[in-house]
Amino acid sequence: MRSADDAAALLAARSSRGVLARGLARSYGDAAQSAGADVLDMTGADRVLAVDLARSEIEVEAGISLDRLMSLFVPLGLFVPVTPGTRYVTVGGAIAADIHGKNHHRAGTFSEHVRWLDLLVADGTVRRVGPRQDADLFWTTAGGMGLTGVILRARIAMTPIESARLVVDTDRTPDLDALLTLLAETDDEYDYSVAWVDCVATGRRMGRSVLTRGRFARRKELPARRQADPLRYSAAVRVSAPDVFPRGLLNRATVAAFNEVWYRKAPVRRRDELQTVPAFFHPLDGVGSWNRIYGPRGFVQYQFVVPFGQEEALRKALVRISSSGTASFLAVLKRFGQGNPGPLSFPTSGWTLALDIPVGGAALAGLLDGLDELVAGADGRIYLAKDSRAHPEVLARMYPELDRFRAVRHRVDPEGVFTSDLARRLSL
Amino acid sequence: MIDALGSIGSLLLVGGTSDIAVATARRYLAERSARIVLAARDTPRRAAVADELRALGGQVEVVDFDADGPASPTRMVADATAGGDIDVAVVAFGQLGDAERLRTDAAAVAGLARVNYVAPTVVGTELANRMRAQGHGVIVALSSVAGERPRASNYVYGSTKAGMDAFYSGLGDSLAGTGVSVLVVRPGFVRSKMTAGLPDVPLSTTPEAVAEAIVAGVRSGRHTIWVPGAMRWVMSGLRHTPRAIFRRLPF
Repeated sequence: MRSADDAAALLAARSSRGVLARGLARSYGDAAQSAGADVLDMTGADRVLAVDLARSEIEVEAGISLDRLMSLFVPLGLFVPVTPGTRYVTVGGAIAADIHGKNHHRAGTFSEHVRWLDLLVADGTVRRVGPRQDADLFWTTAGGMGLTGVILRARIAMTPIESARLVVDTDRTPDLDALLTLLAETDDEYDYSVAWVDCVATGRRMGRSVLTRGRFARRKELPARRQADPLRYSAAVRVSAPDVFPRGLLNRATVAAFNEVWYRKAPVRRRDELQTVPAFFHPLDGVGSWNRIYGPRGFVQYQFVVPFGQEEALRKALVRISSSGTASFLAVLKRFGQGNPGPLSFPTSGWTLALDIPVGGAALAGLLDGLDELVAGADGRIYLAKDSRAHPEVLARMYPELDRFRAVRHRVDPEGVFTSDLARRLSL
Repeated sequence: MIDALGSIGSLLLVGGTSDIAVATARRYLAERSARIVLAARDTPRRAAVADELRALGGQVEVVDFDADGPASPTRMVADATAGGDIDVAVVAFGQLGDAERLRTDAAAVAGLARVNYVAPTVVGTELANRMRAQGHGVIVALSSVAGERPRASNYVYGSTKAGMDAFYSGLGDSLAGTGVSVLVVRPGFVRSKMTAGLPDVPLSTTPEAVAEAIVAGVRSGRHTIWVPGAMRWVMSGLRHTPRAIFRRLPF
């Protein structure tokens, strides 16, 4: 679909299985799928509608990708307020999943930078909602996984930048305690921060990590030859993974070897290194179809957050993962800042850990169910945009405001027109 | 919906008191809780099975189903899906019949054909309609190796299974691209209440082994499985055995 009228027409002609908007479908689970239903491909609606350089605000259609926004606006000195680990997500998807990035501890989620959005609701009308216009519906839509309607347009406050390079500090920490201490003490000095954690290492080395933190460079910090064109930006896919990887290639031995190299090659401490936007924010986007290395059975993502003070639960989770025989690699740990009013918005202040796990042994379902219990018991939660296997009972304990979400959703969509496989699986 | 790790949310057992159906439910519940719909006649055994599966953590619903009732399959599928999507439906009902009587009693032959062939095709059609609309689902059809090459000792039973096997194999192909798939299960001799009192034969198996194979087959997206797996090669050999020899084989 290419316009709001297309979306309204498709909504009016829907089947009994309902309707769901889909962006670039980068959710790891079933959030952008709805078996038997009509799924709207929003990526055709990708125009920039207005630009206000004085206020650093833009109005765009929801199907535009962050990749396109960066190509268009980095040269003008504007960066997206929040970017996840991939540029290939749409603005609509970024709001629906209320995505976070390396700057959450300072900048919050993507939706916190949305001035307003236009939402096509079940009765066919379009409502403009924002933090001060029907805030209930706005915050239910932020993180609402597309279940309140179709996000058509949004006005976004961008982040002014002087250059397209980042000043990056790297620290290697020998274990989890050292990492958490370093993050707690100095994270607030950096705009962007994330740690890679070795989830295969056990014992004394458990939780050893490489922490990278940075901020956008000011123009005068660039080398002299780059100062003439400080906002020069290019993001090309260099290589693509071929479709030939056998299952089981990523096993405990290969991942352990990879992690060892990754850890050893990282500097113990490095300061003020200049990096490009793709290198710092989106290393995996440089490899097309990187997911193929997991072979035909694929992988699941598991991301959870536990509040500060629940470090013991974080440690327990790491022990279970590292001793389980699963081969999670490139686990990512981050310190979240405050949460927002969205009842299904994932980030809350605390520690978040995200893992890729190859689908393999029969024990994996049990391991993850056990982690769900651990996380729920620690007043934590898992991220819906990454979930593909959780149960409704445990989810309700993780999101205590689920009933508030349901009430607002019922107000605008009493018949449940907007639904997804995720919504059905988790009884949202 | 079957999740990323192959766990199911709901299971419909048509012929819900059969040993293989119950073993399949037990096997799934050992992994994770699920909604289980038992479609069977209203008997004390159905109530006992429901209680047992509830004790194992299932959210159990019961639905009336009589394989010999003409309107029963349509109503059963509607009732079973009223509470939500069905991820996996196991068509497990069937009778062995008395081979001796079936040799001469035409009414008994017609009755067995109704229960073992006509009813499964009606159930399969209704299930496929419903699953096509929901856009996902797996139908597991309990066929038998007896259908691969009917033997003189139980050719009526074998012929009904040959028919239902052909129906579900074809149904599976017709559903390609709809999100719905069919798994045809061909067990050898299963020691169960259906075969109680019959002499044991080589390569015989158990309801638990069939259940294990069903769960593994659904998880890996297979279309046809034999239980035990070696049966596939045995039957392949028997299918190509010259008739004069096949007829004289001692079983």
